[in-house]
Amino acid sequence: MTVDLSTRYLGLELRSPLVASPSPLTRDPDSAARLVEAGAAALGLPSLFEEEILEEEIELNRSLEAGSDQFAEALDYFPAISSYAGTGDQYLDRLRRIKAQVAVPVIASLNASTPGGWVRYARLMQEAGADALELNLYHVAADPSKTAIDMEARDLDVIAGVRAAIDIPLAVKLSPFYSAFAGFARRVVDAGADGLVLFNRFYQPDLDLESLDVVARLELSRPSELRLPMRWIAILRPQLPPGVSLAATSGIHDGTDAIKALMVGADVTMMTSALLRQGPGHIRRVEAEILAWMAEREYDSVAQLRGSASQAAVEDPSAFERANYRNVLHSWTTASNPVPTGS
Amino acid sequence: MDQRWECLDGNEAAARVAYALSEVISIFPITPASPMAEHADDWAAAARPNLWDSVPDVVEMQSEGGAAGAMHGALQTGALATTFTASQGLLLMIPNMFKIAGELTPAVIHVSARTIATHALSIFGDHSDVMHARSTGWAMLAASSVQEAHDFALVAHAATLRARVPFLHFFDGFRTSHEINKIALVTEDDMRALVRDEDVMAFRSRRLTPDAPVVRGTAQNPDAFFQAREASNPYYLAVPGIVQAVMDELAARTGRRYGLVDYHGAPDADRVVVLMGSAIGAVEETVDTLNAAGARVGVLKVRLFQPFPVDQVVAALPSTVRAIAVLDRTKEPGAVGEPLYQAVVTAIAERMDGDEPPFATMPRVIGGRYGLASKEVTPGMIKPVFDELASERPKRHFTVGIYDDVTRLSLPIDTEFRRPRPAGEVQAVFFGLGSDGTVGANHASIKIIGEGTDLHAQGYFVYDSKKSNGLTVSHLRFGPEPIRSAYLIDAADFVACHQFGLLEKTDVLGFAKPGATVLLNSPYGPTEVWEHLPREVQQQLIEKCIDLWVIDASAVATEVGMGNRINTVMQPCFFHLANVLPAADAIARIKANVEKTYAKRGQVVVERNFAAIDRSIERLNRVPLGTAATGAPIPPVVPAGAPEFVRNVTAELMAGRGDLLPVSAFPVDGTFPTGTTAFEKRAIAHEIPIWDPSICIDCGKCAMVCPHAAIRMKVFPAAAVAGAPAGFQSKEFKSRDLVDHRISIQVAPDDCNGCGVCVDVCPAKSKTEVRHKSINLELADAHRDVERPNWEFFQSIPPLDRSLIAHDTIKGAQVLEPLFEFSLACNGCGETPYLKLASQLFGDRMIVANATGCSSIYGANLPTTPWTVNAQGRGPAWNNSLFEDNAEFGLGMRLALDAQTDHARTLLERLAPIVGETLARGILDADQSTDAEIALQRDRVGKLREALGRVDGAAASDARHLLALAGDLVPKSIWIVGGDGWAYDIGYGGLDHVLSSGRNVNVLVLDTEVYSNTGGQASKATPRGAVAKFAAAGKPTEKKDLGAVARSYGNVYVAQVAMGANDLQTTKALLEADAWPGPSLVIAYSTCIAHGIDMERSMSHQRDATRSGYWPLYRFRPSDIEDGQPFKLDSAKPSIPLRDFVADETRFSILARTQPARAAELAELGQADVNERWRYYEQLAAMRRSVPHVHHGPGSLPQPAGGPAEPTDMGDET
Repeated sequence: MTVDLSTRYLGLELRSPLVASPSPLTRDPDSAARLVEAGAAALGLPSLFEEEILEEEIELNRSLEAGSDQFAEALDYFPAISSYAGTGDQYLDRLRRIKAQVAVPVIASLNASTPGGWVRYARLMQEAGADALELNLYHVAADPSKTAIDMEARDLDVIAGVRAAIDIPLAVKLSPFYSAFAGFARRVVDAGADGLVLFNRFYQPDLDLESLDVVARLELSRPSELRLPMRWIAILRPQLPPGVSLAATSGIHDGTDAIKALMVGADVTMMTSALLRQGPGHIRRVEAEILAWMAEREYDSVAQLRGSASQAAVEDPSAFERANYRNVLHSWTTASNPVPTGS
Repeated sequence: MDQRWECLDGNEAAARVAYALSEVISIFPITPASPMAEHADDWAAAARPNLWDSVPDVVEMQSEGGAAGAMHGALQTGALATTFTASQGLLLMIPNMFKIAGELTPAVIHVSARTIATHALSIFGDHSDVMHARSTGWAMLAASSVQEAHDFALVAHAATLRARVPFLHFFDGFRTSHEINKIALVTEDDMRALVRDEDVMAFRSRRLTPDAPVVRGTAQNPDAFFQAREASNPYYLAVPGIVQAVMDELAARTGRRYGLVDYHGAPDADRVVVLMGSAIGAVEETVDTLNAAGARVGVLKVRLFQPFPVDQVVAALPSTVRAIAVLDRTKEPGAVGEPLYQAVVTAIAERMDGDEPPFATMPRVIGGRYGLASKEVTPGMIKPVFDELASERPKRHFTVGIYDDVTRLSLPIDTEFRRPRPAGEVQAVFFGLGSDGTVGANHASIKIIGEGTDLHAQGYFVYDSKKSNGLTVSHLRFGPEPIRSAYLIDAADFVACHQFGLLEKTDVLGFAKPGATVLLNSPYGPTEVWEHLPREVQQQLIEKCIDLWVIDASAVATEVGMGNRINTVMQPCFFHLANVLPAADAIARIKANVEKTYAKRGQVVVERNFAAIDRSIERLNRVPLGTAATGAPIPPVVPAGAPEFVRNVTAELMAGRGDLLPVSAFPVDGTFPTGTTAFEKRAIAHEIPIWDPSICIDCGKCAMVCPHAAIRMKVFPAAAVAGAPAGFQSKEFKSRDLVDHRISIQVAPDDCNGCGVCVDVCPAKSKTEVRHKSINLELADAHRDVERPNWEFFQSIPPLDRSLIAHDTIKGAQVLEPLFEFSLACNGCGETPYLKLASQLFGDRMIVANATGCSSIYGANLPTTPWTVNAQGRGPAWNNSLFEDNAEFGLGMRLALDAQTDHARTLLERLAPIVGETLARGILDADQSTDAEIALQRDRVGKLREALGRVDGAAASDARHLLALAGDLVPKSIWIVGGDGWAYDIGYGGLDHVLSSGRNVNVLVLDTEVYSNTGGQASKATPRGAVAKFAAAGKPTEKKDLGAVARSYGNVYVAQVAMGANDLQTTKALLEADAWPGPSLVIAYSTCIAHGIDMERSMSHQRDATRSGYWPLYRFRPSDIEDGQPFKLDSAKPSIPLRDFVADETRFSILARTQPARAAELAELGQADVNERWRYYEQLAAMRRSVPHVHHGPGSLPQPAGGPAEPTDMGDET
């Protein structure tokens, strides 16, 4: 029996639900080609960061102007250069080269936290051939003068701004840190998103005890991190119009993880950490695992599988909403772990 | 005739033509000609074709001599070649110029004429350089305006090909080279028409080729040389005719008509001034003004100076002329007159002696000097020349524009005489700081008006000589007629002061005419500002009935994220108030210009500028003038207690009144007192470092790295704090040797630039709040009142006895008194901390030979200089010879000192029985390797002096001689200081020779890896992959390993240091270099504004340079031990990839934005360079090598007197 792995994401027809999400592998045209060869149904490019564009332009301008026009012998310090290819231009160039090299849809990504002129890059990505755009909303709500309503309104503004700039499908990648997530997700869709990508992973800062400096540390995801997107995809799937795409990301490491994500309602599953650890060929193995599992249980297609265990489809819908702390803690202490002592 | 107009400066105007008409362009940076070479390099990097659709090969050479040599070679093999230069650079080309002319080779050199260094260096304009080239056989064509610099460039290139005589095309440095004016451009068709194909072909046909071989450059004997030299005469005789023919062709095509000489004025003039260059405009205006008032005067403008067009000069002078004044912009001491004067006198005399004398009687001809080093030339200075011509017995020789109270040569200046203002002309003057963007905005305004409307526009910019936060004054004229006034504005319709603090420092209002509009960038609003204005300013505002406006531009700039760049806030206000263009139109044009200028750098910058523009007018307010001047008076420029010279001369220069100083005020030989920066309290820092003693670990790093010696460390007996101001801070000094002592770290609040480097390096962080360090930047205004008395008190504490502290520790070295302070260097300068450290270690016995460059500018540019003296009056003695000869200059000092020391020792041996054997032997046998021993020797020499004073009889002559030389019995430390441009390029041959000499000199190379002083041109120290001027596409080749060259001699001490990477290693290297009795070379990594880094992190960049292996630290100490390991690697194996270092430096990262593929390739090669260099150095560190004969010449010790036998372990870098 043949199993139909194809799926539809943001209106794009994909040969399977396995999407290589943003990573150094999708940044480089050669490794991107290897991912596609291994079966990636679409490629998500790493984000072009708003703050990176801003900082780069301001810093470049500052350093080119530093010391200029103040000393008769040295009116400037750098040769006159007529054009610069900034981070944004280089991103677009890579996008073009990857598009030229692969046949699967390529999803460009913008990482933004404020509305502004930089959203022109959304249009430029479309012009450079992106099949869809993923808007990565990423900020830490640290300003005590801002309410949740303020923060959400700003995000919706950003989404609307990008939506207005492009015609290609738009996915919005969100963090889980919204106080009323289901309602916000609905408004994101209303603001123009064709799909949601759940969830962003924040890089949490660390402290270097030698220099006493705050430093950035990158850690790859663990499979257990899938639980959070699973819960919310399960909840949102029946709430959102059927045309709205849902992508699961964070913690998808093998076929089992992917199947779970699809079952709760994801249209696609996105992988980064597993591919970085195992290499592009890992996609082939995951696909094989999915196929084997589906064949063994006689599933015909991903369409059949998708959403079959969403909140609307499970026997106990409240299970997705319960905190479950009691059971979890109980299971921890009754296993081989000793009860923590002390205060 | 359709004309395309553009606003260009003279350099670009000339360079555009030169580039289009050349195939090979050999270049070398020199102010003020460098921009011509930079344009050529930029255009070649952008593959802009020349007239024949090929891209000229633009090649940087190691010196102007090299550039001329390369040009000579290129010409000989048939390429159209050119170069650009000025001043000493032209002098270095002269030997080749003789050859090129002697071989009748068409060529053009474009010169931004600049004065030649004599009693002082000056970067400014006059004709002393080109006049030195008179005998080379080059034709000399003088442009007097930006338009002429453009047109005559073409005339020169066309005429040289027809005449075969090479051409020197020159225009006045800065006044024309840097003046922006609206000019009509020559077209490609114009160039094609004038530069005829047949002439190009004829030139090529004479090239050297093995296909038709000839020999040129033979050696000739008395039988041949003279006649052969005369054989070229017909070519010179033809030059005037050819030049006129080309000028006529240009006139036919463009309507711009020039003669070899042009007369302007009354046809029946009785008095005429003859001159060439940019002052012609001022003379024409004077002539027109005088003639309008009924005079009959004229001006003869000389364009072709050589071959001197005798017939045309005489023919152009009205036959009615009775008296002629010839003005020369040069000085030839001892000559009968300056060159143009001599030429005119000779021409008239020759023709008067002919068959048809042109004048009824021989006119009286007098000669005057004017405008040396860009001294102003105004109609008010020229009118007295005509007056002098009218007098009964005019001065035969005179000077213009100065007050000579010594030889009484000067003519008076008529300060009231002005030309009438043409209708519709607007004059505007803007005062700003270099960092605030004022000049950039004015450049833009000139383009907006000059290129966007029918109006003519002119801009000239005056900079002071400070590399950080210097004053800039922009002089802009706009009007319906072409603007020929090549002098500063002194009665402006509009004056803008872009920095409120400048009102106290300079007479801003002095530039405003009565009723002028004045705009202030003011932190105070329209109702409060009056009370904050100095009394003198209030007075002028009232007297001149000024229309006063304010805007808090700094606040607007901050709001929109522009930092201190207030330019796009102030610019719309200018347009709004000055009425040059309709307001709405102006705003649209400003925005369009912003878009054009900044779009390539990113939309963010454009948006912020737009936001600044949009907010500007609404924040502009008119100020009602007060009725009385009640403000605080402006404090004196220097304190009343300053030395007399400082009060009378230095202070006047500081206040911008130097032009008014008479000749007698100045030293006759260029000798000035040191230590004058201490009197220039600039108070420019917004934030200053404040010390928290509670967490200080006494490391001394803050004081060590301060580029301006504005943060100091002192250790003193506890009792010394008695009477300290209440805010003075000190803490217990933890030392076994110095009990009951305290330590203080003190900022000089008015000398600090606020660069923050001290904070960046401070390692002591608070245990309760990690961002709080022992040194923290805090708002200067909140601390000045406390820190000023603290600083005064701190200075009053005597420095600790030098012998009580170890000099080879950071803490110890920083307790030593710096004798280099408050220089004019850039914020965060990486060079000055090394000089300051050297001054701390050796300052009281140091002589500095300083190559021309940044260190000679921040080290000795008037008005104030940073090398200073200690309480005993001792300190570094300093001089600068040239750019190229500094090593030789320093060696000469060593030779003299050695000879004098030898002589003194001989005399002392002879006089020992008279002055006392014990004293004599004590001096002659002294070990002088430590400060304590040197102090003892100074005491002994003092006693010797006393004894010598008592000697009479037969030995009296010896005693007098020894008295004069006794100081040389105390050792002196010669430091040959310069940048990489000197050491790696132009001075390399001499440096190499001096290193090979074995003599005891110390060379300190402040390696910024570019020619910093002239604006960041590549040198052979520039690393692979870095973008620099003359290496716009990234330097493709690796940096020269200068240390390797020096080490090859075996007996040269060599160290490579980076203070920010390992300050202790730096200190030890300087000590070891000084102690080494032979030549020493210390190559010091010097962060620079040209690296495109955040200068606050100057030292952190040095650390990263070393961590990445980009700049390994080492010391090579020659050894005569057979098994010795002289090479000691002082830095650890690279711990970060090169890319982590280069990513933060615009000089590298910019290439990834302009040419990503090339950047990637060069980055890979750069990492390979690092790897290979490290591998090589590791091998060197294991190398065993001895120097068979360590012989160091007379006056030197056979072995180092102090310091360890081998370089000590430095551990990891800090």
